[in-house]
Amino acid sequence: MNVWIAIGVTVVGCYAVKLAGLLVPGGVLERPLVKRLAALLPVALLAALTAQQTFADGRTLVLDARAAGVAAAAVALFLRAPFLLVVAAAVVVTAGVRAMGA
Amino acid sequence: MAEQTAFADIRADGRPDAAVVRDALGVGVAVGLSGFAFGVTSAGSGLSLWQTCALSLLVFTGASQFALVGALAAGGNPFTAAAGAFFLGVRNAFYGLRLSQLLALPRAVRPFAAQWVIDETAAVALAQPTRRSARIGFVVTGLSLYVLWNLTTLLGALGAEAIGDTAAWGLDAAGPAVFLALLAPMLRSGTERAVAALAVILGLGLLPVLPAGLPVLVAALAAPVVLWVRGRREGQEGDR
Repeated sequence: MNVWIAIGVTVVGCYAVKLAGLLVPGGVLERPLVKRLAALLPVALLAALTAQQTFADGRTLVLDARAAGVAAAAVALFLRAPFLLVVAAAVVVTAGVRAMGA
Repeated sequence: MAEQTAFADIRADGRPDAAVVRDALGVGVAVGLSGFAFGVTSAGSGLSLWQTCALSLLVFTGASQFALVGALAAGGNPFTAAAGAFFLGVRNAFYGLRLSQLLALPRAVRPFAAQWVIDETAAVALAQPTRRSARIGFVVTGLSLYVLWNLTTLLGALGAEAIGDTAAWGLDAAGPAVFLALLAPMLRSGTERAVAALAVILGLGLLPVLPAGLPVLVAALAAPVVLWVRGRREGQEGDR
């Protein structure tokens, strides 16, 4: 039951914030500063998420095979590889490094 | 006649529709397939098949879903676990702000479009030069990702026991690789790079200190901080 409560609260909360963003009147975004800020916020959020999912294990920071995988993804991106190949590089290299016992 | 059709889908100062669709499908398929990793992780964390599928169908924002099952597996109470997932989902409100202006959706459509307002659809739509291509990018990414994410969630949950340890397969690196691929094209100028660097420092530095989900939100402050510092510096140069 506890799990269903958590799922229900998450469903309602996550949908509400998605909808709230879409419903804010357009005029609010006309100011140049707000426009700049709205463009930069995803940059900040994606950067923080990438770093956390690469280096976090729960609430501790670790350096493991994921870092090698994400580094491989970065190289693939630099070489202008297609999206699927970038993700595949990360998965394959991570699995490879783990298989070697690192 | 053949020439006409060849040029028919190239719009004034936009990209050919086919190119937008191809990019959108690339993102939708790649990220959609990573629903498999979520299905396996969720089932491995002790959630039932129905619970796992309900999350992908109704929450549909990957980072929040991963955060929720992680917190539940760690024994967190339902409200703390949901709060962490919610805080991670708050960023979608910022994407919605940008998208509502860009897509100019009719009011009646917004409640339906809202479910698709996530990192990937925002990144594809925002990368387009015209409203038409942004709308195509949003719909194609949203539809392909939603369908595949839910299908692969189901497959992952069903196959969780057969697969064993997802980490051994490297599936836990798919998430950050996806985020990195979405982020890279946004790092055009020094301002963007400064924001990203500060966000990484805040996101990692605060992780051991703050409750799950909060460090990412605090990291979002990197955007106003960098803008403020840049504004001050330009102001000083203007005074001289």
